[in-house]
Amino acid sequence: MNRRATSARAATAFVLVALAFALSGCGGGTYTWGWHILSPFDPRGQTNIAFLLQGLGYTLGVALAAITLSVFLGLVVALPNLINNRFLNLASRCYVETFRSVPMLVMILWVYYGIPVLTGFEFSVFVAGVIAIALCDSAFEAEIFRAGIQSIERGQTEAADSLGLSFGDKLRFIILPQAIRRVLPPLGNQFVYMLKASSLLSVIGLSELTRRANELVVTEFRPLEIYSFLVLEYLALILLASWAVRRLEYRMARSERSVE
Amino acid sequence: MTATPEKPVMIELENVVKTFGSFRALGGIDLKVRLGERVIVCGPSGSGKSTLIRCINRLEAHSSGTIRVEGIELTGETANLATIRSEVGMVFQQFNLFPHMTVLDNLTLAPVRVRGLTKEAAREIAMEFLERVRIPEQANKYPGQLSGGQQQRVAIARALCMRPKILLFDEPTSALDPEMISEVLDVMVQLAEDGMTMVCVTHEMGFARKVADTMVFMDQGLIVEIGTSEDFFNNPKNERTRTFLNQILSH
Repeated sequence: MNRRATSARAATAFVLVALAFALSGCGGGTYTWGWHILSPFDPRGQTNIAFLLQGLGYTLGVALAAITLSVFLGLVVALPNLINNRFLNLASRCYVETFRSVPMLVMILWVYYGIPVLTGFEFSVFVAGVIAIALCDSAFEAEIFRAGIQSIERGQTEAADSLGLSFGDKLRFIILPQAIRRVLPPLGNQFVYMLKASSLLSVIGLSELTRRANELVVTEFRPLEIYSFLVLEYLALILLASWAVRRLEYRMARSERSVE
Repeated sequence: MTATPEKPVMIELENVVKTFGSFRALGGIDLKVRLGERVIVCGPSGSGKSTLIRCINRLEAHSSGTIRVEGIELTGETANLATIRSEVGMVFQQFNLFPHMTVLDNLTLAPVRVRGLTKEAAREIAMEFLERVRIPEQANKYPGQLSGGQQQRVAIARALCMRPKILLFDEPTSALDPEMISEVLDVMVQLAEDGMTMVCVTHEMGFARKVADTMVFMDQGLIVEIGTSEDFFNNPKNERTRTFLNQILSH
């Protein structure tokens, strides 16, 4: 664990140094950098930075809402693996295959522009985005949970059965607590992926980080500086998220350190 | 010292067959276990003894024949299944303790969730049984911190906390290091002396001789010989039983 944390820190440092090198103009060339438009010491720069950072709420909000929804969906879709019901298993399989095959951007367009035509019910951009991302991701969550549930030894189920525990209790107290511990690292990865996927919602006009960067590029004509800033925003966000996930993993591992 | 015939029948198997695909694990088993009776099942590996015991609380669904536990027939119907399982304790070869829970939580979960006891009452019972299997000091540890012998004793205590009427043991000492076998067997002997109805699959013939009312010898999915402990060990009738006993006792 410690070694992993150290190597993660080293990797972060390396990336930051490399980025700083590239963005400071040390790469050479004839381009005249225009960092003043994003300078925290310049009133215009301050306004621009504030404008860009205001997208953070939507980016985080979409990622959190989408991962919550998709974990829930994924869990429901993965549950048939616990019961040997042919029909439910088939339904679960179909769900996974379908949603795994649809590109996320296509799903976003379909939910936002398609569903209102079909049902007459219009979503806000945020809701449509969350639903689309969660649907796509839920297929992967289902596979993660399936693997987690299947990795629990059969003896655990048998012991729970032999004690007369109900199906729900078996799930709640025996299977899921153990499965969730095991799938936490891949779930963390999916959350990072959600953070990145939220940038696709710029296409339907949600003013999250990427959309705001796009809008600023149109007025400032400084794509290199603005998109570089955007890269740094995502980088910081995701490094932070990865760190939080590692902490959580570590704490969970510690609470179970004696086991096995 | 066969259990007196007037005692009520707790488990009754009639012509029980269990197939896995084309393999007949059980080829028609008839068996009666009465209240307080200690039945030891032995036989070579693959003879169906574990399958037999797993059918009694329906961890395996039998293919045909009838199994009755306290007069209730085992079918796929869920309601009576949960009732039966809560009355029939099971101890596994691999212990199957819940690794993410403390010993105490392992013991109190089912009494609270299935029997509806309060946490305090369940804890009291749990401590009583931990006392009986002689490891009360381990109550707040996790299973992974205990030795194999201790884990198996916790598993026995966990089964006992449900106050089952019958206890099933599926090779309870086979996964243990030799020096830990006796601590588990001691607990089981004590249970037998307290009058627990037991069906036990084991290769521990010394233990069997000590506690068994009825010895069952199985081979190839059938009961080859069944009889009192004395008859079985001193005067086995079947050739295969004799061979088996010679093999297992010669060391």
